[in-house]
Amino acid sequence: MGALDWVTTKLTDATNWARKFSLFQYPFVTACCGMEFMSVAAPKYDIARFGAEFPRFSPRQADLLIIVGTITERQGPALRRIYDQMCEPKWVVAFGVCASTGGFYQNYSTMPGADQVVPVDVYIPGCPPRPEQVLDGLILLQERIQRNEGHNQVAIAVEAAERKGIDVPLARIRAIGQKAETP
Amino acid sequence: MAQIVLDQLNAKFTGGEILESGTTHGDEWARIRRDAWIAAATFLRDDPATKMEMFIDLTCVDRLGIRGGKPDAPRFDVVVHLYSVSHKHRVRLYCGANEDDAWVDTLCNVWAGANWYEREAYDLYGVRFKGHPDLRRILMYPEFVGHPLRKDYPKEKRQPLVRRQAGSRE
Repeated sequence: MGALDWVTTKLTDATNWARKFSLFQYPFVTACCGMEFMSVAAPKYDIARFGAEFPRFSPRQADLLIIVGTITERQGPALRRIYDQMCEPKWVVAFGVCASTGGFYQNYSTMPGADQVVPVDVYIPGCPPRPEQVLDGLILLQERIQRNEGHNQVAIAVEAAERKGIDVPLARIRAIGQKAETP
Repeated sequence: MAQIVLDQLNAKFTGGEILESGTTHGDEWARIRRDAWIAAATFLRDDPATKMEMFIDLTCVDRLGIRGGKPDAPRFDVVVHLYSVSHKHRVRLYCGANEDDAWVDTLCNVWAGANWYEREAYDLYGVRFKGHPDLRRILMYPEFVGHPLRKDYPKEKRQPLVRRQAGSRE
């Protein structure tokens, strides 16, 4: 292993396995998608089956930011501040087309996707998305967490490497993450 | 429906303050000269035959390039919708303002509810309301330049407050 022991070890695998089944979400609900979000969270679709049932209403206690609904340019600084306040490692899900791309809004006031201000890990399309789509998105996120591929996880890995004086391209980190997934 | 409202207005203001009035699709409207704007509103609210106690809506129209078929008509129209709870009738008032002198007197002291509507009209159309106690933007942010519902504002021109930095790791 030598210089590469910073990235994927058995310990990283184990912590990522624990993290993906213990997501503490912060719902940033701005629009009608909130109704569908409630549906996912309620017993019928039951997001608790995936270990992500517990919404925290302080970003400091959350590690998954779910952006539910349209983001306006005016909300941009608030969204960025909430993301900055969350503890690392953290992930972001864009819930619905408005949070993903701006949706059908194409005007002076609406941000064309929340990824203009925060790094988004999983985009869930739909206007609003069905609960099944949301659960599928959550499973995709869990796979991404296990592979250590979340934007923030990669940033942490690069930072750790730099502390050790190793210069590693992002592509290499991603490739190693994928390798770790295969048995 | 409420011809009596127009009759009362035309009977009270005989010095040409009522520029036009009429009925469209069963709804009465009147175009008021700008210097009689507050007087007409106060009269409609207080007169026992009209009694427009309820302020419904205030908005603005930008007639850039259209001007209702009249080239010398003012560019902006401030539109007020009123309702009488006592008599159950409605009326719509217009007041024109030109681009180089885009202001109208505030109705805040006639109906307190006009406050935020006038801020909205100011924010999105740039028509100023003389005498308004707190004429700030209400929907757009203070850093925003221009008035987005004006017909000459490019509708997709965004003015971002914050963006991710190019080349950042996230």
